[in-house]
Amino acid sequence: MSDTADRVKKIVVEHLGVEADKVTEDASFIDDLGADSLDIVELVMAFEEEFGVEIPDDAAEKIATVADAIKYIDENKG
Amino acid sequence: MRRVVVTGLGLVTPLGADVETVWANLLAGKSGAGPITRFDASNQKCRIACEVKPAGHEYGFDASKRVDHKIQRQVDPFIVYGIDAAGQALEDAGLVDMDEALKLRTGCSIGSGIGGLPGIESESIVLHEKGPSRVSPHFVHGRLINLISGQVSIKYGLMGPNHAVVTACSTGAHSIGDAARMIRDDDADVMLAGGAESTINPLGVAGFAQARALNCSFNDRPEAASRPYDKDRDGFVMGEGAGVVVLEEYEHAKARGAKIYAEVVGYGLSGDAYHVTAPHPEGKGAELAMRMAMRKAGMEPGDIDYVNAHGTSTMADTIELAAVKRVLGDDLSGASMSSTKSAIGHLLGGAGAVETIFCILALRDQIVPPTLNLDNPDEGTIGVDLVPHVARKRTVRAALNNSFGFGGTNAALIIKAI
Repeated sequence: MSDTADRVKKIVVEHLGVEADKVTEDASFIDDLGADSLDIVELVMAFEEEFGVEIPDDAAEKIATVADAIKYIDENKG
Repeated sequence: MRRVVVTGLGLVTPLGADVETVWANLLAGKSGAGPITRFDASNQKCRIACEVKPAGHEYGFDASKRVDHKIQRQVDPFIVYGIDAAGQALEDAGLVDMDEALKLRTGCSIGSGIGGLPGIESESIVLHEKGPSRVSPHFVHGRLINLISGQVSIKYGLMGPNHAVVTACSTGAHSIGDAARMIRDDDADVMLAGGAESTINPLGVAGFAQARALNCSFNDRPEAASRPYDKDRDGFVMGEGAGVVVLEEYEHAKARGAKIYAEVVGYGLSGDAYHVTAPHPEGKGAELAMRMAMRKAGMEPGDIDYVNAHGTSTMADTIELAAVKRVLGDDLSGASMSSTKSAIGHLLGGAGAVETIFCILALRDQIVPPTLNLDNPDEGTIGVDLVPHVARKRTVRAALNNSFGFGGTNAALIIKAI
């Protein structure tokens, strides 16, 4: 598992209060992890802080799964 | 007329996070006061408070018992305390699993005096240091006063009236009184009612200290700082926590075989129309509220056996006492009166609800809680039983709770055994 994936999953566990083993890469934030739209806004902010990336609103809207987040961060971090 | 009774209780206080623990500690004369641990208070004039103790403490509060991890992260502590106290009260009343019809007839009126001040303070710093795009998306609904009622209704599916009183330190008493009226007026059969507060943060402590309301002269002796009616009283000690009761229409409670603690028989409200922080020097507003509650209850002075005073440990204590004397008589017609703020501090918006619960427990157990630290009673207290230092067994048929708030807002509640 990549370093990005580890850090993303840690943030998801902390913010959503879900069991770590539920945070698989294909897990959907809303359908599988109980997030609502505001939780995703908060997660995106946490990813931005953690990885020093900027995730604009139109990109954030396309992040639906854990894998989507990891992919975006890996492609855009400095 | 529809009668309103109390069928469930819930408490989170500096002396414990469940009703029986708090009550036992209170009757044992324990103090919830100590040095502020929530933040570094070394530059504050006031460095003491009655904090709710952390999980792991002998009588600490474990938020994860009744509040989801995610919600704990998103909301201010006053909401967490309120959700937990509401859950306790519903469990106590045997109403956790209601049918759909009852959910439509069950509401919430759980308020707060100030709301999410710690979160407002910390997010202001985020805004200042990192900019608007770093402000939490949960900032607003995690701080709003009506969000205890909101969260509790969502958690338990309660679709009756959803309300929140904001009357400073009268909030808890007004919440219960107003909710009782909602039941009486047939808006609901069951109401969760009460108040919560948590403002032991740098801005909250500094603000009250600057308003000359907090005790700043007992930083080295926190347990002795809250001393209502004592000559050396010098301001209140800030507390935090929540108190919530289940109010229920009497026939409804009887029909389901509920345990009935007491009946809410009198409720009075008034305004001082005098000053934003100081009470009217003759306690006229306090007197009006008490007289209204007595009239609604159809009671005479000798009918009240216990008064849980507002008694914050300020100059206002004797103003309140003079008003109580005018209503109940110079010797209070045999009633005992104590201020439990001497033990748990001033819970501000939570105070009236927590103290009404103490009145209910005094009725249940026929014992009145003490006024701690009453070493040298003020001259104005002569001839009145203020229950100094130790709890006392006595007959308690009915009890009066007083709550007064900044802005000159007064509430008086009378409960009696059924």
